[in-house]
Parts: sequence; C-alpha cells; structure tokens
Amino acid sequence: MKSECDIAIIGGGIMGLSMAYQLSRAGVTNVVVLERGYMAEGASGRNGGGVRMQWSSESNVLLMRESIDLMRHFAQEIGVNVWLRQGGYLFLARSEAEREKMETNVALQNRCDVPTRMLSPEEARAIVPELDLSGIVCASYNPKDGTVFPWPFLWGYAHQAMARGVEVRLHTGVDAIEPSADGYLLATSKRETGERDTLRAKRVVNAAGSWSPEVARLVGLELPNRPHRHEILSTEPLKPFLAPMVSLLSSGLYFSQSMRGEIVTGISLEDHDDGSVKLGSRLGFLTKIARELTQLVPRFAELEVLRQWAGPYDVTPDGQPILGEPLPGFFLCCGFVGHGFMMAPVIGKRYAEWLSGKKKDPIFDRFTLDRFKSGKLEPEEMILG
Amino acid sequence: MSAKIIVCRCEDVTLSDIERTHALGYTHLEEVKRYTGLGTGPCQGRECMVHAAILCAHASKIPVDKVRPFTARPPLQPVSLAILAGEDE
Repeated sequence: MKSECDIAIIGGGIMGLSMAYQLSRAGVTNVVVLERGYMAEGASGRNGGGVRMQWSSESNVLLMRESIDLMRHFAQEIGVNVWLRQGGYLFLARSEAEREKMETNVALQNRCDVPTRMLSPEEARAIVPELDLSGIVCASYNPKDGTVFPWPFLWGYAHQAMARGVEVRLHTGVDAIEPSADGYLLATSKRETGERDTLRAKRVVNAAGSWSPEVARLVGLELPNRPHRHEILSTEPLKPFLAPMVSLLSSGLYFSQSMRGEIVTGISLEDHDDGSVKLGSRLGFLTKIARELTQLVPRFAELEVLRQWAGPYDVTPDGQPILGEPLPGFFLCCGFVGHGFMMAPVIGKRYAEWLSGKKKDPIFDRFTLDRFKSGKLEPEEMILG
Repeated sequence: MSAKIIVCRCEDVTLSDIERTHALGYTHLEEVKRYTGLGTGPCQGRECMVHAAILCAHASKIPVDKVRPFTARPPLQPVSLAILAGEDE
C-alpha cells in the first residue's frame, strides 16, 4: 500500500476510474483512488446506461460525440465487453414550444457533425411501431446514440489502471484533508473496521459525485451542487425488439431495452431536497411511471416490473459540471447532473492530459467553481429527470 | 466441478463465477451481485442469496451473520405495469 502518491483521486466511480486509467496510460502511475464504498455503489452503478449526443449546448454535443467514439474502441482497448449498442435515441415532443427547442438543438447538433434528424410522428412510429403517438407533434432521432451496460466499464477501467500500478482502495473513506508543505495529508478510515491510516498526496482530485460537497468542505470549499434522487425500474426480460432509447420530453420519461432484454425506464420526479443523498425506493415512482409508460406503449401493460432502485444525480445550478483547480493542487471533477457516466471517457482523458502536463483543455477554465459567482453561465437544457 | 454448480438459477451464475469474483478481491455480497448478476433475476435473490452469503463469509473469513444482505428491491413480487397504473382495480 502506498503511503505517498502524486495524485489521490477521491471517489472510485466512473469519473475517478476513467481519470486513473488515462493517467496510467500517460505514464502517471503513482496514483491512489479512494472509494468509500464498494465499486459501483454510487451513481456509476445505478444509472440507465444511456449515451447520447443530443444536447442543447455545443460543449456537451462535442464532448459526448467524442465520448461515444471512445466507447466504441473500449472492448478492444480494455478487454471488457461494455455491451455498447448504438440503437439511437428517439426524443418525442408534445408541444410547439418543444418542437421549436428541438429544431434549434438539432441544427446545433448538425453543425457539430452529429446526424440527428427531425421526424414526423409517422416516421417515429416506423422506428418503434409499438408507440401510441397521440398528442406527439414531432421527434428527433440520432442513430448514433445508444446504450451501454455500466458495471463492466468500472471494472475495465479499474483493472487496467491497477495493472499499470495505480492503487484502487475500496471501502476507504476520507475523513480529513490537511494542506502540507508538499501537497495534502489525507486521513482515511476503513468503512467496516474503522481502521485509520494516512496518505500524502501532491495533488488531490474530488471526483466524489453527489458526495463531492462533503469532500470539498474538508478543505473549506462550499460547492453549489445538490444531490437529487433519480429512480429507475427494470422489467422482466423480453425478446429483443426495441432498438432506440425512447424519451418523452414533457415528462422526462425514457425507456430502452438492455442487452439482457429487460426494459429499463425512468422519469422525472420531484423530491424533497435537504442536501442529503437519498436512495430509498418510492411507490409513487412506480405508479407515475406505469401510467406514463403504458399510455405511450399500451402493449407494455402486461409487462411485469422486477425491481426498482435509485441513484443520485449530482445537480448544479446550470446543469454543467464543476471542474478546475479552485485551490492549489486541489481539483474538482463533479456536478455531472445525471450524465456523468457517458461523459467520463472524454473527461477522464482531458483531465489526464492536463494533470500529466500535456495540455489544458478550455473546459477547465470555462466550467469552474468561480462561474457561479461571476454569473457567466451557459445552461444545459436537455436534462432528463 | 464448480463450473457445473449453479448458485443463482435465474441468471445461471455458477460457483466458479463466484470464486473468480472473490479472487479479484470482490468479496462483498453487493460486489458479487454486480460482478456476476447473481440475484437480479425474477426471484431477486430469494433462492441464491443465502448460499452466496456463506461463500462470501468463507472468502473474507468472517462469520456468516456478519455478511450484510444486498438491498432488497421492491416490488416484493413481479407486478404488472397495468396494476401499478391503476387500470386493473
């Protein structure tokens, strides 16, 4: 076990592990990833696995286009099957206001070389014949969007990083972070035994997702992100029939078919916000989504729900992440608002380029903690849930 | 031999799948569930969880009663969307 390292990454979710993997590829291997829980305990193990290029801000369209491109080579590169299936994303609009936004977004995506196109309800039905499209005015469809199976991503990144010398310490929480002459001194403890230890790190990255405000407070930083409970359910498996992820903009309903055949589906739902991470399951989620889903796909009525669970969205005021170096040697990589999983391949790569001294991408100057004070925001609107 | 012993019948997870998971250092039940898919089928772990818990206890050399069960996911039994939507009252 290392007692000193160049970079300590707090949070062993997809962000931290992607970054650790990319750092190790860049030759920076004196890295320790600290994860308080088990691998895939947080949002990285709880998301629906959607990956899309249909966004409303140019930075997200371009980043996600690159991220999906990286995923396409993931099986060969990492030796793990992440079950990437590019079946497209089909967004459905119910009002003229939604149509207008959709047209603006599609034009932006086309300018970024993303082949999204506007469809009539009839054209949408040709892609998913099971849809009841009463009340739907139009749709947008990008055949290059898709889905993945999230869990193998984590193991793939972790095992590759570890093979190059990175240490991934599971079940290890960080209790205190003290600035020291040459970086930071971290006090850690094992979650189950309480066993204490320390770790010296020249640089520290906060990649703790919905728990990042807690971690930031250890160095006296207040972050504006808040956790939001997002629930999902999974049904009994069906023979594969559904190619795209389908989403209704008005309610935030979305559903796709996993490679195991299950329908995986979620929806926007209000939650009481007290700043804490809540992962309990609610009956209200089941009844709301059942009504919306059976209305859109009447044939799903007899489909049985197997299980529901929740994951935390790490929500920022403008829907964009918090990156950069607010204190010397202390970096932020959080606030991904429910789409961190799909962004992790590209963000990990950019972060590794920066931390290994190659180049600093403009995103690290744009999506800083400071922007919430200076008021220079460019909000992302295409957020579901 | 262990490749032919099924622990989770819903998802066809074998004893050797679990042994391989433990060998990677994932000895917690939640980790085994995620790495193998054990307990994610129609019975949601009712049949396999106890067996898997005993194996995890052996692997991490702790008493079986110290192994935490993985989180129970509602509903208790599969329920159709029609019933949940209130169409079948």
